[in-house]
Amino acid sequence: MKRKLTMIQAITEATDQKLADDSRIMLLGEDIGVNGGVFRATEDLIHKYGPDRVVDTPLAEAGIIGAAIGLAMNGKIPVVEIQFLAFIYPGFEQIVSHAARMRYRTRGQYHVPMVIRTPYGAGIRGPELHSESVETFFAHVPGLKVVAPSTPYDAKGLLIAAMEDPDPVIFLEPTKLYRAFKQEVPEEMYRVPIGKAKVVQEGSDVSIFAWGAMLRVAEDAAKQIERENGLSCEIIDLRTLYPLDRDTIIASVKKTGRAVVVHEAHKTAGLGAEIISIINDEALIYMKAPVKRITGFDVPVPQFSIEDDYLPTTERVKDGIMETATF
Amino acid sequence: MSSLYQVLSPTGELVGDLKGQLDEATMIKMYENMVLVRQFDRKSINLQRQGRMGTYAPFEGQEASQVGSAMALTPGDWLFPTYRDHAAAIVHGQTMARVFLYWMGHMEGSISPKHLHIMPPCVPIATQMVHAVGTAWASKLQSEKHVSIAYFGDGASSEGDFHEALNFAGVFQTPTIFFCQNNGFAISVPFSQQSASKTIAQRSAAYDIPGIRIDGNDIFAVWLTMKEAMQRALEGKGPTLIEAVTFRYGAHTTADDPKKYRDQESLSEEWRQERDPLQRVRVYLENQGLWNETKEADLIARVNEQIDAALVEAESYPKSKPEDMFKHVYAEPSWMATEQESELVKPSKQEGIPA
Repeated sequence: MKRKLTMIQAITEATDQKLADDSRIMLLGEDIGVNGGVFRATEDLIHKYGPDRVVDTPLAEAGIIGAAIGLAMNGKIPVVEIQFLAFIYPGFEQIVSHAARMRYRTRGQYHVPMVIRTPYGAGIRGPELHSESVETFFAHVPGLKVVAPSTPYDAKGLLIAAMEDPDPVIFLEPTKLYRAFKQEVPEEMYRVPIGKAKVVQEGSDVSIFAWGAMLRVAEDAAKQIERENGLSCEIIDLRTLYPLDRDTIIASVKKTGRAVVVHEAHKTAGLGAEIISIINDEALIYMKAPVKRITGFDVPVPQFSIEDDYLPTTERVKDGIMETATF
Repeated sequence: MSSLYQVLSPTGELVGDLKGQLDEATMIKMYENMVLVRQFDRKSINLQRQGRMGTYAPFEGQEASQVGSAMALTPGDWLFPTYRDHAAAIVHGQTMARVFLYWMGHMEGSISPKHLHIMPPCVPIATQMVHAVGTAWASKLQSEKHVSIAYFGDGASSEGDFHEALNFAGVFQTPTIFFCQNNGFAISVPFSQQSASKTIAQRSAAYDIPGIRIDGNDIFAVWLTMKEAMQRALEGKGPTLIEAVTFRYGAHTTADDPKKYRDQESLSEEWRQERDPLQRVRVYLENQGLWNETKEADLIARVNEQIDAALVEAESYPKSKPEDMFKHVYAEPSWMATEQESELVKPSKQEGIPA
């Protein structure tokens, strides 16, 4: 029987199946045990696997991530939950100075197979520092992989792939999509490969690149533009933010000659800049217009009375598409 | 000032109980190891001065703490050193050639001998303490009888990671030994300005783990304290915080001038005269009829030979290739690395043009 899951259910299922599949997997985080996580991603897992494998830790991000590094070096595969992306900052040094570098520093003698899961992004009416989208911090650091699914299907497949990856993976879960919709998700374990983007919709006039919660905004804009202006948009869900899937990006812009990048992260030094740079390097002569970026602004993500004004809207994306189309 | 646990006085007299654990052979080995690493340290400073090595962090004065603690370990234990703990690493089995290589700027200087868990020197302060909680935690979960030891200095006790490590180790009762060498200065800042608490050992009370303050220049005290901490860890009784009070005679690194922040010469001279870790063992061994001038001369010749051999090995190590920087970033190189590497090793366009 086909069944449909929300993203949070897909994440729980992936975690549950890997806990059953591989005794080295253990979960660490604040409130993830008895409480099942603030978003319930680890609901009931402590009852199934016990407190040695689903560990309610002290409230200390450097402690959690640092201890996970040691666990990973000594035979475990820790899956860490950080409650919100901005709460990762106290553990940032452990991620960039140690998790990312252990393989390099020891010339391959030790490596850190671990996953750091964390909700990210705006749109849930959260308090201050609950809505950040700072994926660039991690995509900038050699030694890390950065993943951001936008559907329940991909969330399950990418999370399983992340837990089987020999390198540390920062797994960014778009908070807004946790329970936004359901999708058919196979019961068995399957993998969505890290490093591969997905062509969500084929098109011929403009390529739209997005990830996480912005994918839905891109889809809405594309649908409306097609209806109102007859433009055919190709939509690419990047899914992995490091390493970027250059081949898919280039193949698409060679076909359409126009591109729009949509991200909710701040504009300056956001991944949009990197995507434009890749296009410049590889496909400049195919381009009929400059690449347009529709992004969050270079301001702290505001509190929720004006949160929607910070986020790229369907209207802003549509305007961007039209700007490239009429350049 | 709370009292220091001491077994061997600075004048070489036994003032504590050896508990039947320290035999003569071990004592002699302790002394020999301390002489070896002191010679190694002095050689390293010379090499830096000659331009054969990069910036180096000396440890002279801290031999008893490092040698005594590392000698208590067994091969399966995990050792997390800072950038000043090469003596501990060498005693635990790191080759001197590798330590030279590290300070000569070779990435291969961080490689641990097979079957030993010696981590690369940790440059950020206190971060490795949490790793030692993690490896020890895994040992416990996997029912392996190994401890993890994290070395750190007095300055590290001000960092958040120090507190998070002690807290985690206490909560999860990990077999971790937190070994502080309190040498009195975090580069230039004296401990009195580092912390309002009188000692580092007393911090253990906050986490409800045993804390002990010892004479870090008394290798017998260091070794016996370590043995107890290890036994407690292996019996499942959790972590221990050891504060070994010691002193570095020299600068923070070869790039630092301690005259700016302390009366370097007289202070170091006072410690050398009154509290040196090697001198007291030598006097003790001589008084026991276990050591003499001839043995001393033989030992110096022997260790210098070993150090020279290690230096030859390090200096004849193949020069690192630029493309080595692309190795071991990920299990599989990313397309970016592969491309950037080929850009790096691509012959310049000038080459190949006939003159």
